[in-house]
Amino acid sequence: MAYNSMDTAAFKDVWVFCEQRQGKMMPTTFELISEGRRLADELGGSLCGLLLGDNVEGIAKELGGYGADKVYVCDHPLLKDYTTDGYTKVLTDAVKELKPEILLFGASHIGRDLAPRCAARLHTGLCADCTHLDVDLNGYIEFLRTASSLDVDNTSFESNLFDPVRNLKMTRPAFGGHLMATIVCPRFRPAMATVRPGVMKKRPYDASGAEKVAVEKLNVALSAGDIGCEVLETVKAAKKLVDLIGADIIVSVGRGIYTDVDKGIALATELAEELGGVVGSSRAVVDAGWLSADHQVGQTGKTVHPKVYVALGISGAIQHKAGMQESECIIAVNKNETAPIFEVADYGVTGDLFKVVPEMIAAIRAAKAAK
Amino acid sequence: MKIIVTVKQVPDTSGKVAVNADGTLDRASMQTIINPDDLNAVEAALQLKDELGCKVIAFTMGPPPAEGMLRELMAMGVDEGVLITAREFGGSDTYATSQIIAAAIDTYGVDQDDIVFSGRQAIDGDTAQVGPQLAEKLGLEQVSYVGAIEKDGDTIKVRRMLEDGYMTIKVKTPCLLTCVKELNTPRYMNIRDILSAYDKPLQVMTYETLKNHPLIDKTTIGLTGSPTNIFKSFTPPQKGVGTMLTGDSKSVATQVADVLAKKHII
Repeated sequence: MAYNSMDTAAFKDVWVFCEQRQGKMMPTTFELISEGRRLADELGGSLCGLLLGDNVEGIAKELGGYGADKVYVCDHPLLKDYTTDGYTKVLTDAVKELKPEILLFGASHIGRDLAPRCAARLHTGLCADCTHLDVDLNGYIEFLRTASSLDVDNTSFESNLFDPVRNLKMTRPAFGGHLMATIVCPRFRPAMATVRPGVMKKRPYDASGAEKVAVEKLNVALSAGDIGCEVLETVKAAKKLVDLIGADIIVSVGRGIYTDVDKGIALATELAEELGGVVGSSRAVVDAGWLSADHQVGQTGKTVHPKVYVALGISGAIQHKAGMQESECIIAVNKNETAPIFEVADYGVTGDLFKVVPEMIAAIRAAKAAK
Repeated sequence: MKIIVTVKQVPDTSGKVAVNADGTLDRASMQTIINPDDLNAVEAALQLKDELGCKVIAFTMGPPPAEGMLRELMAMGVDEGVLITAREFGGSDTYATSQIIAAAIDTYGVDQDDIVFSGRQAIDGDTAQVGPQLAEKLGLEQVSYVGAIEKDGDTIKVRRMLEDGYMTIKVKTPCLLTCVKELNTPRYMNIRDILSAYDKPLQVMTYETLKNHPLIDKTTIGLTGSPTNIFKSFTPPQKGVGTMLTGDSKSVATQVADVLAKKHII
C-alpha cells in the first residue's frame, strides 16, 4: 500500500532509532528503549528498535534487556560510517514499509542531523531535543503538577482540533529554558522526536528480555550511487572527555574564577576528586576557552541530575539552571548574595570561592578521617 | 558560483526575559539580535567571497523589521538580501519554515557550484532542524555541525563535529552546511560596506511572489498547516528557597561537610 503520512490509522508501534558508532551502542539508545517501553505500553503497541550499521546484528539482543519486543536490523557495508544520505534512505524505506506510529531518536549530533532530514522526506512533524514524553493524558497532567507553574485543576486539556489522549505529547524547553512547550503532531505519522541524552532513565537490565527479543533482518536497498558524500576519516578526541551525564557528583565553575582561572579550576578539580566526582562548567567558562566544551552544563551543554551539584562562582543564568536544576542537592558558592543560582540552591554560601573551597576540602578530609 | 546564507532575527534569550501571565513570551520587552550561529555562517560565506570573489546573498524569513538585520549583514560585506515575509507564513514550524525558505531559494535559483550556509541552530527554538529540512526540500547534500571547511575545486572537505571527536567528509556542490561557533570568529561591519549597505539590492518575497511554487501549499505552511502544534506552554515552577549557610569560611565549610556526610557522599 502506498505510503501516506496523513493516513494516521495505518500506523502502529513505537520505534527507536538505535544509534551505534563503530559497532558500539550509544548509551542514549538504552535510555530511549527504556522510555519507549513505557510509551508502547501506554499506546498498546510493540516497542521496536531500528538498528542500522555494518555487521551489527550481534549487538541487537541487548536492546531486549531494556524492554524492546523486536529489533529490525539493517546491515550493509555502506552503512558502516554514518552518512546523511545512506541512513536517511534506509530509515525512510523501513518507515514507509512498516509504518510506526512514534519514532524516537537520541538528540546527538547524528540524531539531530538524521531526524530532520527523515521528517522532511516522510512529510511529518518532528519535535527537537525533548525532555519529557507522554501518551497517557493523566500521566501528562500529573507531570505538569510537579514540572509546571500551571494551575492544573483549572486548566482544560480538551482540544477541538485533535485527540489529546492518543497523540504523543512531547515536552521541551524553548527560549533558552525560559519557557516549556508541549508539542503534538496530530495529523501526520509517525510522530517524531529527538530526545535529550541523559534525561530519560535507563531501566535495570533484564537478561530474560534479551533472550526473548525477536531480531528481524530487513532487506536494504542501497548502492554507492545513493550516497553523495564520502567519509574520509572518523577521529576520536585525543583526550578523555569528562562524563558529566554519568556522574553522581559534579563540581562546576563559572565566571567567578576569573581573578585566577588556573587556581579556580585546580580547586574545583581537587574538591571533585575528594568527592569522587567530575568538573563541569557554565557556558561563560567554555566560551572564554578556560575549559573544553565537554564540561559545559546547561541548555546548550549537557543536562545533568547528579546526587550533588556544587556551583562555584556561577551566577545562575536561566540557560545554566535549565541543565542542572533537577540535581538532587545543589550547593552554591557565590560572592553576590542576589545571584540567581541561590534561587535553585538547597544550600547557599555567600563568599569568595577562593577562601571557601580550600576550607571545604579541609573539612571534608577531616570528616572522612573522623570515620 | 554564489553563496547563499540563511539568517534569523531572534530575541536575545541571554538577557532578561519577561514572560506574560498566559505563559507566552513578552517579545515587546526584548532586544532582537542576529542569531549567533548564523553569524558564523555569514563569516564562512564572506571568507569564501574574500578568496574567490563570489556573490553572497542572505535570506531571512520574518516580520518587515528584519530588513534592518539584512542591512547590518550588508555592512559586513553581504552583497544582496532577500526578505521572506507574509502573514500566511506566520506561526510556521520547522517543517513549514523549511518549505517556504526552500521555495524562496529555489525561486532565486541554485546552480551546480553554489553553497548554502546556515547556522547550526537558533537560540529561540534551539531545534537545529531547519538546516537539514531545507537541504532535503532543495535536494542538496548536507553536512551539519561543520567546524572546519577546506574548498578544493568542486569538492569541499569539511569537519562534522561529533560529541567525542569529528568526521572528515568530502562533499560536492551544491550543498548545505550548518555552522558551529568553533568554525570562525565573525567579523565586524566595515566602513566601506557600511557606506554602501543601503545601495545594495534587497528583494522582498511575499506570499504573492511564492504562491505558485510547488512547495507553497496553504495546507502545509503557516500556523494551521504546520505538522506540529503547541498543545500547552508553561513556565517551570520556582524551586523553594534553600538554606543560606552563615558564619566564617571555616564554619560554612564544616556545615557543607555535615550535609555531605548526612547524604552518605563522604
